[in-house]
Amino acid sequence: MNPLIVSGSPHIHGEMTIKSIMWGVVIALLPAWLAGVWFFGIAAVIVTLVSIASCVLFEFLIQKFVLKQETTINDGSAVVTGLLLAMNVPSSLPWWQVVIGSLVAIGIVKMAFGGLGKNLFNPALVARVFLLISFPVAMTTWPLPIESRANVFNFDGVTGPTPLGSLKTQLAMGQTLAQIKLPSYTDLFWGNIGGSLGEVSAIALIIGGIYLLYRKIITWHIPVSYILTAFIFSGILWLVNPNRYADPIFHILAGGLLIGAIFMATDLVTSPMTAWGKIIFGIGCGVLTIVIRVFGAYPEGVSFAILIMNAFVPLIDRAFKPKRFGEVK
Amino acid sequence: MLKTFQKGGVHPHENKLSANKPIQPIDPPAKIFIPLSQSLGAPSKPVVKKGDEVKAGDILAIGEAFISSNIHSPVSGKIEKIDDYFDVSGYRKPAIFIEVTGREWNESVDLSDELKEDIILDGASIIQKVKELGIVGLGGATFPTHVKLMVPQGKKAELLIINGVECEPYLTSDHRLMLEKPREIITGTRILMKALGVTKAIIGIENNKPDAINLLSKHASSYPGIEVCALKVKYPQGGEKQLIQALTGREVPSGKLPIEVGCIVQNVGTTFAVYQAIQKNKPLVERVVTVTGTNVLNPSNFLVKIGTPVSVLLEKAGWQPEKSGKVIAGGPMMGKALLNVEVPIVKGTSGILVLNREESFRFKVQPCIRCAKCVSACPMGLEPYYLARVSEIEKYDLAENGAILDCIECGSCQYICPSARPLLDHIRLGKLKVNENIRSRNQ
Repeated sequence: MNPLIVSGSPHIHGEMTIKSIMWGVVIALLPAWLAGVWFFGIAAVIVTLVSIASCVLFEFLIQKFVLKQETTINDGSAVVTGLLLAMNVPSSLPWWQVVIGSLVAIGIVKMAFGGLGKNLFNPALVARVFLLISFPVAMTTWPLPIESRANVFNFDGVTGPTPLGSLKTQLAMGQTLAQIKLPSYTDLFWGNIGGSLGEVSAIALIIGGIYLLYRKIITWHIPVSYILTAFIFSGILWLVNPNRYADPIFHILAGGLLIGAIFMATDLVTSPMTAWGKIIFGIGCGVLTIVIRVFGAYPEGVSFAILIMNAFVPLIDRAFKPKRFGEVK
Repeated sequence: MLKTFQKGGVHPHENKLSANKPIQPIDPPAKIFIPLSQSLGAPSKPVVKKGDEVKAGDILAIGEAFISSNIHSPVSGKIEKIDDYFDVSGYRKPAIFIEVTGREWNESVDLSDELKEDIILDGASIIQKVKELGIVGLGGATFPTHVKLMVPQGKKAELLIINGVECEPYLTSDHRLMLEKPREIITGTRILMKALGVTKAIIGIENNKPDAINLLSKHASSYPGIEVCALKVKYPQGGEKQLIQALTGREVPSGKLPIEVGCIVQNVGTTFAVYQAIQKNKPLVERVVTVTGTNVLNPSNFLVKIGTPVSVLLEKAGWQPEKSGKVIAGGPMMGKALLNVEVPIVKGTSGILVLNREESFRFKVQPCIRCAKCVSACPMGLEPYYLARVSEIEKYDLAENGAILDCIECGSCQYICPSARPLLDHIRLGKLKVNENIRSRNQ
């Protein structure tokens, strides 16, 4: 008879693994990614493939030659980072800039901090901000959705501002909101607007979010508190002066708020551990996003807001403990 | 909306393979041995010596300490020796070895199946008899029942809770007992109510056992003080504090006993043993044990004499040693993996689970990805990732501040962890060290 195996309890394990979480995130991102491909054509596919391939390759190379450890590319986390990075840049970004972004995300933000689970900041977001500062023109040249299906393979499509971009520049030129032509809610909802390749379609992002909640990969706390805070804060501003400040529904649907609230702020590694911590984190993200959008120099503030709140996570974890069963004060 | 506890919990596959198998008595082998430590607290002191003849039901050892219990002989035979054996963890522990010669019982024990519903004894005599006949908690913790029934001064018991939850996957011994001995369990409940002087009792059963819920409700209907309550299936609902909260909404304060909120919890198996002790004068010498596993040919519920080696049960149920990896005393969430199968069934053994070789190994440990699943799964509202980490780096004061001693070791955190981290291993060690620190501080 074989010798018996012993270990401490529990002796069974649930189905959830790192792999199942990472591939779950990929599946949840697919609707928004497909919407990006629909609106921006084959260029979106190329950017995505370059981003994923370079993220996986950098992780492999760094682990093999620099850290000399077993490779972890099979866990799917580098694929998620690559896909998220691609979805946060314009589909017209030159391929070599995408590669630089991947190196920043994997090399500096993830591996230099100790690899999976050890990073303080969201790798894809740091890479996006790095690219935005390094290549401001390429990173703010937004392809507009393809007018005709015949142009799917066209790499030099029409470019133009994002809805948030046109709002910012035209307000700066002294126009009131009534004079500025913004896209309709319908276009914002379906994604028929300029922007990063994965952020445009509100409905596709929401479907992905529902899937993440259904699979219990994320909880409702961060997306709901983030979106609700942004809605209330921008709503107050709008009520104060509707000529100067855009309405809250526009703020929710335009730009990266939904992809940020559903996919970037909820990144497991860089968000708080307790329910109240997550709510505080979401509120912080919401306030900062609107502050940057309305009062800052950039038209969009989601990346900065989330990265700033990432830095607060250790403090939030320390301050907001779960309520213990039968706690005696 | 079914009741359940508030915080955390997980949903492992139920795998109740033996739920339809009637309880089947099995004979003890020619030699058995009875460990002297079968309940929480101090080991019992033997009152027999080598060469003595005993009958089934005769006393073998007495519990002298406050928290300790008496042990009786399950068979008639001759005391072969009192010697050490290797227990489930491989430690040497004393036991009484008996050569079985027959099945003769002590004359005072009523062996008939006849139901006796009239309770003659008063409360104090019930507790005394429960103590004499060696009844301990059969849910697994083996806390001496008479101690639990003695309500400390200044406290008042209001509610008796009978635990028929059986939330561990695979195990069905309590389920079968409820189906086959419902009236005895109701009578046992009434006995316990009388001993405690309470007028209200709730029997909590998870909703995956509708047959048991219906049957006990039917038999309880003639006693207005006894209510049967169906509970939503969620592990670890059988935990005392979780069950009290599920049924009453009351939270037992940290570090305190259920009596703090006026409750006493007894398992259905214990309740049946109490019935047998009080109405039939029968000491606790046998219990129902589920023997199960996906590679066991006949998953079964056996009525087993204490002291019967696990190997006898495994043979009887048709286990396949070559396919087996782990043999677990208890359920898969909280049970103990056995080092060898020659250890005896004791009062606290609710089941023997055989896991296949493939399912016996742990997954590869990966880094914590801070997914917070352990925090939301913890029924005690703790932060398992943090407690495991500070225990790992030996910061036991931080573990103590993080309320590590509140941990009930249910294993939900480690079960759910997508990185397969050995959270409970570290937390167990941390609890041990924190307890040591507290003891040395108090000296």
